[in-house]
Amino acid sequence: MLNIAHQIKRGVSFYSYQEECFLKKMSLEDCVSEAASIGALGLEVIPEQSITGYPDPGEAFYRTWDGWMQQYGTTTVATDLFLDTKRYPGRVMTLDEMTASVRKDLDIAKRMGARNVRAIINTPPEVMEACASYAEKLGLKLLLEVHAPFHYEHPWVIRHLEVMHRLQSPALGFMPDMGTFVERFPRVMSDRALRDGARPHFVELAVETYNSRGDVHGLMDTFNYMGANPVEQGIARLSTFLTWNDPRGMLEHLPLIHHIQAKFYEMTDEGVEYSIPYEKIIPVLIEGGYQGYLSSEYEGNRHIQDIFEVDSVEQVRRQHRMFERLLGEGSPTENAGVAAGASTQGGHSVR
Amino acid sequence: MIVEDTLRNVVKGDDVTGFQLGVRLPYYRGLGLSMVEDVQVTVDGETAPASAVSLTVHGNTYKLTDLPGVFDDRWEMGEIATVAVDKPGGLGLGEHSVAVRERLRISYMPVPGGGADQKVLTLQD
Repeated sequence: MLNIAHQIKRGVSFYSYQEECFLKKMSLEDCVSEAASIGALGLEVIPEQSITGYPDPGEAFYRTWDGWMQQYGTTTVATDLFLDTKRYPGRVMTLDEMTASVRKDLDIAKRMGARNVRAIINTPPEVMEACASYAEKLGLKLLLEVHAPFHYEHPWVIRHLEVMHRLQSPALGFMPDMGTFVERFPRVMSDRALRDGARPHFVELAVETYNSRGDVHGLMDTFNYMGANPVEQGIARLSTFLTWNDPRGMLEHLPLIHHIQAKFYEMTDEGVEYSIPYEKIIPVLIEGGYQGYLSSEYEGNRHIQDIFEVDSVEQVRRQHRMFERLLGEGSPTENAGVAAGASTQGGHSVR
Repeated sequence: MIVEDTLRNVVKGDDVTGFQLGVRLPYYRGLGLSMVEDVQVTVDGETAPASAVSLTVHGNTYKLTDLPGVFDDRWEMGEIATVAVDKPGGLGLGEHSVAVRERLRISYMPVPGGGADQKVLTLQD
């Protein structure tokens, strides 16, 4: 067990339960209650997914939400904003329109009791700058997501860094997505490509090239020469959207990191993530003194839904058992008890 | 996207004026209707012209061709919208091969998103 003191907390993004919510198998209250039951007490909400009537759901919704937070002992840690810059046909929103849109989402976050707001990666640095003082007034942090294939040396992210360093506003920062640390090609993606009609030698080449840090960008050409079908071209393209970076790269930017989207594709029966090495990531966060939440973001759903009934609940539970282990939560006996209790309620394995 | 057991003829007075079915957005959030670029319905190989298609979300009905100007209403996540196609006489009873293709303008994606689905539905009266 880990003996180093740290302030890292556990949460869940309701993005994780999208399949069950889409099919109306889980209500919003079910999501809150499920997260609370596994000790994932910090909730991350996508208002455009979870709130009927967004952006104006009415006072009754907020009162119900507040009531659930009290009842289940949970808090809203973050909300995710989208910036629909292409809302108007034939033109992109002006900077003023984008600023107004972000402010509206900040208002919603404030009303839900959140402290962090995810600014989607296409939010321009100028809009972040224009919203910084408003977010400060509301006591919110407006955090740019750093999502694969972006990284801290990407020109777009460097423009954001320049604004953050120049303004020195406590309201601006980053919300990295752990999908930037995909060490091994996710098995759920390669298996899906095989089911969809990719030939094994194409899939093996893509997986091997990715895993050995080869030239994934050259794969598209290679595949074309090899006579790739559309599914095979798809897996070549996919391999360029995945990225591996050394998690230690976060250390330099940790003062700007206030929330983490703990992306995962597949929690195996052995209790580890198949492709993202959390056993390497979490020690870096502890070393850097990270004090925010690890917010589960299950994204394997779409890669298995053609063949398995998606069980997001069990996948998220497994990730939290892994977090408990890596964060050294509870005594070993308690951990064993939690694991045994959860597995009896868990339902079937997705693999 | 296509919801089972939703294919029906539309009857107005004594006339069958067309048919309708339930569809969802293939997306993990709701979307403003101005960003729904197309809902293409093909039944038994025949694609309905856009001018014959309308969409109903939570009681509000819009012609497909008017959607680009709808800025104050959304298609919610998982919401089953009713897509209606004007077609005098409607469809015959029994099985029909139904395909729906939705094109969505997602701002953070460089090309339009969306999806396609195909199912055999049985028209019940």
